[in-house]
Amino acid sequence: MSEPMKNAAQEKLAGLARLRRDGGVLHDYQAPRWDEPFIMEQGAPGERGILVPLAEDDVTAAVGEAADYIPAGMSRAAAPDLPEMAQYQVLRHYLRYSQMTLGMDLGSDISEGTCTMKYSPKMHEELIRGHRAADLHPWQDEATMQGLLEIVYETGQYLKSISGMDAFTLQPGGGSHAVFTNACVMRRYFEARGELDQRSEMITTIFSHPCDAATPMVAGFKVITVMPDENGYPDLEAFKAAVSEKTVGCMITNPEDTGIYNPQIDKYVEALHEAGALAFTDQANANGILGYARARDAGFDACHFNLHKTFSSPHGCEGPATGAYLCTDELAEYLPVPLVTKVGGKYHLDYDRPESIGRVRGFLGNWMGVIRAYAWIRNMGPEGLKEVAEISVLNNNYLDNLLMAVKGVSRPYAEGHRRLDQVRYSLEQLKEDTGVGTEALRDRMVDFGIQSMWMSHHPWVVPEPFTPEPCETYSKDDLDEWAAVIKKGSDEAYADPQFVLDAPHAQPIDQLRRTEAMEDPEQWAFTWRKYKRKFLKQT
Amino acid sequence: MADKPFIHPYIPNSVPATKQAMLDELGLSSVEEIYAEIPDRLRCKAPLDIPPAILAERDLRRHVQGLLDKNASCVDYLNFCGAGCWQHHVPSIVDEVINRAEFVSAYCGGDYSDLGKYLTRFEFNSMLGELLDYDAVANPIYDWGDVAGRSFRMARRITGRDKVLVPSHMSPMRLMEARTLCQPESMANSTKIRFYEWDRETGMVDLEDLRAKLDDSFAAVYWESPGYLGTIEARGAEIVEIAHEHGALAIAGVDPITLGVLAPPGALGADIACGDIQALGMHMHAGGGCSGFIAFKDDDPVFAQECPLELYTVMETATPGQYAVAEALAERTSYGARDQGKDWVGTASGLWTIAAAVYMAVMGPQGFRELGETCIARSHYAAKLLGEVPGVSIKLSPSFFKEFVVDFSGTGKTVAEINKKLLGHRIFGGKGLSAEFPELGQSALYCVTEYYDQAAIETLAAAVKEVTA
Repeated sequence: MSEPMKNAAQEKLAGLARLRRDGGVLHDYQAPRWDEPFIMEQGAPGERGILVPLAEDDVTAAVGEAADYIPAGMSRAAAPDLPEMAQYQVLRHYLRYSQMTLGMDLGSDISEGTCTMKYSPKMHEELIRGHRAADLHPWQDEATMQGLLEIVYETGQYLKSISGMDAFTLQPGGGSHAVFTNACVMRRYFEARGELDQRSEMITTIFSHPCDAATPMVAGFKVITVMPDENGYPDLEAFKAAVSEKTVGCMITNPEDTGIYNPQIDKYVEALHEAGALAFTDQANANGILGYARARDAGFDACHFNLHKTFSSPHGCEGPATGAYLCTDELAEYLPVPLVTKVGGKYHLDYDRPESIGRVRGFLGNWMGVIRAYAWIRNMGPEGLKEVAEISVLNNNYLDNLLMAVKGVSRPYAEGHRRLDQVRYSLEQLKEDTGVGTEALRDRMVDFGIQSMWMSHHPWVVPEPFTPEPCETYSKDDLDEWAAVIKKGSDEAYADPQFVLDAPHAQPIDQLRRTEAMEDPEQWAFTWRKYKRKFLKQT
Repeated sequence: MADKPFIHPYIPNSVPATKQAMLDELGLSSVEEIYAEIPDRLRCKAPLDIPPAILAERDLRRHVQGLLDKNASCVDYLNFCGAGCWQHHVPSIVDEVINRAEFVSAYCGGDYSDLGKYLTRFEFNSMLGELLDYDAVANPIYDWGDVAGRSFRMARRITGRDKVLVPSHMSPMRLMEARTLCQPESMANSTKIRFYEWDRETGMVDLEDLRAKLDDSFAAVYWESPGYLGTIEARGAEIVEIAHEHGALAIAGVDPITLGVLAPPGALGADIACGDIQALGMHMHAGGGCSGFIAFKDDDPVFAQECPLELYTVMETATPGQYAVAEALAERTSYGARDQGKDWVGTASGLWTIAAAVYMAVMGPQGFRELGETCIARSHYAAKLLGEVPGVSIKLSPSFFKEFVVDFSGTGKTVAEINKKLLGHRIFGGKGLSAEFPELGQSALYCVTEYYDQAAIETLAAAVKEVTA
C-alpha cells in the first residue's frame, strides 16, 4: 500500500473507531445476560410440556397393555431424569438462550472467514418448512417426489456448469463429508484398477482445510502435507517431489485459507496426472471465483462445494449442511448410490450402479440445503453469480485496505498480490508490542456486537492469525464497522492491554474459569448428571 | 440485464455508485484488476449454463413452491413407512425455537458471543445422557449408519483389535455406510466386519451363533434394539456379558424415542451406544432429519480420548454460580490434529441437537413413557388388523415397538404391486424387504407411531384388504 493511501485509511479509521453517539460507527453494545439456570434444574414434578396421544379404548381392548409386549428385563426400571416443565417455561428458556446467541443475522459475521457467512434468504426457510419439503419420507415412491428430485437434478446441472464437471452427488451431509466422499471415490477408482496395493499416499497442503488431511486418513491413506514456500503458495518443487507411483492424488484448496490464488495450480495437477494419480480441489471457498474460474479448467478430476457456504443455505449452529461432490465421467461410476437421473422427462433414483463406493450417508442427503441452493441460484442467474464473486472480492480488498492501516496487523506472504475472497492476517506485532494476541482480541470484539473472529485452522502457520471474509452480503458501512472494531481493539491494546486481556466486558457471562476441565478427566463433565455427582456431590 | 445495473437485495454493494467509491478508494479502475491474479489460461471463458434469474421474490416463491407441490407429502398421504426415518409428531414449540434467526444463522462463534448455542448443546447432551443412561454424549454427526461405523473404529482404537461382529440383520443401509468408513479389507488399517446370525422366528440375535463366532480377536460386538426389522432385542445384557468375556466392547444401536419404556443401553451395560436422534423432534425431510449420536459411560478416559466426535464440558466463569460450556479435548479432533486426529468432524447437524433438546424438555419422563405405550399399542393394533386380511401374516416376535414385518406372500401379489395400489388410496405402504431379506418372501416393514390414530390404522387395513383381494 502506498503511504498516501495508508494515511488516508488511518485517518478514516480514527474517525470510525468511536461509539456512534460520538460520531463513529461502533455500537455501544450489551449482550443479553439472562442468568438462566440449566433446564435440568427447572420445573416441578408432574408438570407437562406437551401431551401425547394415548391409545384409544378400542385399541387397548383389542391388543391389551403395552407392557405385555416388552420382553422380561427390557422394561425401563427408573424413569429418565428429564425436566418436568410446562410449555411456556420451556419456550421462554430457549428463547433466552437464543437471545444469548449472536449468530450471523445479528452479528455482522464478516468475522468467520473460510465460512462464507452470507445472508440466507428468509423466503427459502418458508419453502423448506412446508410439508411438501419437510414431511417427505425418503422411501416414498419416487413418483411422489418428482418435484424434489427435479430440484436436486437441476441443481446438479448448475453445479456442473459452475465447476466444469460431468457428474454429481448431493448425498454428503456436509463439506467435510463431500471431501471424505472424494477420498472414497479415489480409493474405489484404484481398487477397480487393481492399483490399491501400490497407491497409498494422498497429498494435501497445510493451508488446505483439515478435512483434506483427515478424511483420506480415514479412508486408509497415508497423508503427505506440503508446506508453503516463501510466497505462501504450496511449494511446487516439494509437491512434485511428493508425487510418485505411490500417489493416489491430491486434496487441496485454491484459493487456500490465505485467500491467495495459486496461479500455477494446473502445474500441480499435471504432475499428478503424469504419475497416474488424480486431483481433487476443495471448493468450500468458491465464493470469489463463481463464474471466473472452474476446477475442471485447471485439470482437476473432482471438486466439492458447501451449499451452506457459497450457496446460501444457513449454517444452523453447524448443520444440517449439504456437500455437493462433482467429478468427471471417468469417476462417475464410483459415486455413492442412489444417483438422481432424468429419463424421458421423469426423475429417478438410480441404485443400479455396481461400481459405486456404496454409501456415505443414509437415505438421500440433506436436501433442505439443495432446495435453498436451487432457489438462490435461480434468483441470481448467471450474471448474478458473477456479481456475487465480484463484490465479495471487491469487499475483501476494500476491507484489506483498512485493516492494513491498523497498528499491529500484518498480512504475511505474497506481497504485491491481491487476495480474492478472504485474507489471513497476523497480530504477531500487536502481541509482541502489547501482549494482546488474536484470542484476546477475539474475545474483546464481541463487546461491540460483532461476531467473534475465526482465527485459523491448526496448526497456526501464521502466528496470531485471524481470517475475515467479507462476502457479498456486507455493505460498505458494515466493512467500515468491522475494520473500526479491529482498530478500536488495537488502540485499547496499546493504551491498556490488561483491559483487553480481561475481556469480555459486555457478554452474557464473564471470563471462563477452570479451563483445565477441557483436558483433565478429573475436571471435565460432559453431562449435567456427571457434574452434579462430581462437583455438587448429588446423586 | 446488460443495459441495466444488477442491483440485488442481498448484495448492497451492487449499487454502481458504491462500487465505484470503493474502487476509487483502492485506486482501481475495475475489479478485473484483482482478478488478474487468475491467469488467463485458467479463466472461465464460457458463460455459465444457468437459466436467467428469477429476480422478484414473489416470482421465485411461486416457481419453487410449484416444484415442491409436485410432491405428495406424508401430510397429504397416510404414511406407514419407517425403516430408519420415522414420522413422529413434531411439537410446534420445537419448530418455533429452531427457526429463531439466531439459531438458524449461527455457526462457530466463540464461547461468549454464541453462549446460548453451547448451553443448549450441553443440555441436549445431558438430557440424551439421561435417556440413554450415560455420562458422556458427544456432539452428533451425520446419521446412525455413520456413527455405527465410527463406533467400530473407536472400538478398534481402544482395543487394538481390528474386527467387529455385527448381526446379519443389521440395517443394510447402515451397514453400507459403516463399510465405507471401515475401508476395503485389503487395506492395512481396515476394520473387518464379521457377522453373527439372527433367529428367523423371533427377529432377535442368535446368541449361540454369537458365542460360536466370537473370540478374543474382536474389538466389539454390535447389536440393534429395536432391530431394523422392528424386534425389541430381549438379551442385550447377555450380549454385553458375552462380549466382555472375550475382552470385546459392547456397542448398542438404539432408537432413543423407545427409551421411555425400554431399558436404556447404559443400564444394560453397553460400553458405547449409537443411534439417530431424528425421532426426537425432527421432521423427516426425506431423510435429511437424521443425525447420529455416540454416547458412553466415561468411567475410563480412553473412551473420551478415542471418541471421534466433539465433546463439551461444563465450566464456571469469574462470577460465582455462572456456567459456561466449552469444547474438551479439542486437540484430538481433525481440527486440532488433521490426519493425526480421531477420524474427522465437520459441519453436520447442529440445529437438530437444538430441536432434540427442546423435544426432550417438553416430553419429560411421562411424555416419553406415554408415547412409548401408544406406539406399542397402535402398532400392535395395526399388526392385528393387517394379520386378519386373507393371505397376509405378521412375522417375527410380537415384541416390537413401532415397526413389524408384514408378509404378503399368501396374497399372490408382490409388495411393489401392493404399494403401487395403496398410492391410489393415498397411502404410503411399508418398505419392501424382498431385496434386502429374500428369506422373508414378499414382506414389507410397516411402521405405526403415535402420529396415526385408530381411524387411520383402520383406513390402512381396509385399503390393504381391498388391494390384496
